[in-house]
Amino acid sequence: MSADKTLTLQFVPYTEIESLSSIGRIKKLLKIAKENKIVVLLGRLKKEEEAELIKTTMEEINEEFKGIELAVINPQQSKQDLWRRVRGQLADFLVRNRGGFTIIGPATLVKEIKRDPNKIQLLMADKPLSKKKK
Amino acid sequence: MLKRLKNAFKGVGGLFNIFKRRRQLKLGLYGPPNGGKTTLANRLCEEWLGETMGSTSKVAHETRTIQQKENVIIKKGSKTINFNLVDTPGIATKIDYEDFVKAGMKEKEAKKRAKEATKGVIDAIKWLDEMDVVIVVLDATKDPYSQVNITIIGNLQARDIPVLLVGNKVDLKKASLKKIQSAFPQYDVVGISALKGKNINKFYEALFKIAK
Repeated sequence: MSADKTLTLQFVPYTEIESLSSIGRIKKLLKIAKENKIVVLLGRLKKEEEAELIKTTMEEINEEFKGIELAVINPQQSKQDLWRRVRGQLADFLVRNRGGFTIIGPATLVKEIKRDPNKIQLLMADKPLSKKKK
Repeated sequence: MLKRLKNAFKGVGGLFNIFKRRRQLKLGLYGPPNGGKTTLANRLCEEWLGETMGSTSKVAHETRTIQQKENVIIKKGSKTINFNLVDTPGIATKIDYEDFVKAGMKEKEAKKRAKEATKGVIDAIKWLDEMDVVIVVLDATKDPYSQVNITIIGNLQARDIPVLLVGNKVDLKKASLKKIQSAFPQYDVVGISALKGKNINKFYEALFKIAK
């Protein structure tokens, strides 16, 4: 990657979107992704919000914005024994959607997000990054 | 008092169940693009209606509108199931018209296809609430642990809709049903080849089990 091209990861604490409506959360996260930044939300959207995010993304696709790559990392989903899962679910209930994290990258930047139990790989798109807009 | 209220609700619920039983089940085919939803829909329709559902293609997003066939009656032994079969466009998080150009389409045609495909994804998601039973069709040669698959299955679970996972294309060497089973251990997974008809009876057995 040459020096004049920047890859920005924007961390968004869940508290920053907590008070918004579902559609408000989605619009906010999508707005950042459309600025060619990779969003790292410290928390998770609800399942219905994930579907809504895909729907809203589709509504906004044009020749510039091709969509997103999305990965929701939920530690409770990994293989664990029953006690750990119960404990995890209880913690999940107490902290609501703040456990785990969500990565949203614009498709022009991120080609694929691969994950396995120990690592997450962001495969970058071949196309050159557009210059950062001020 | 509480008991009376509970019984009253049971009665009302029972009444709704009668209506639910009488109407046809809406059986939805969901999944990412190119998993083989329309190929499976065609196999079901050809076998039980004598006609096809839609066209298939190696280029993604061939199905871009919701397709429906009513009164599909499947009979196996003494069991019968009557449903409306709903074939949905593949759900994706990105659609790039340039991918269609690379697949050999002209730019204008590719842009039109991309636009229709985005609308198709929106419709597929909107229709989730309409479904009584859903078959999630996954390409068994691909990594099943994608966010689209997780989101579809998670949404069905959140809506309490019975789900059957189908690992399609098991006739191909690269296919791995085990990967699907280990990604979604809480669900029944049936491996089929919708194109060649492999394991289709096992599929019917599993369908009767979840749609009862």
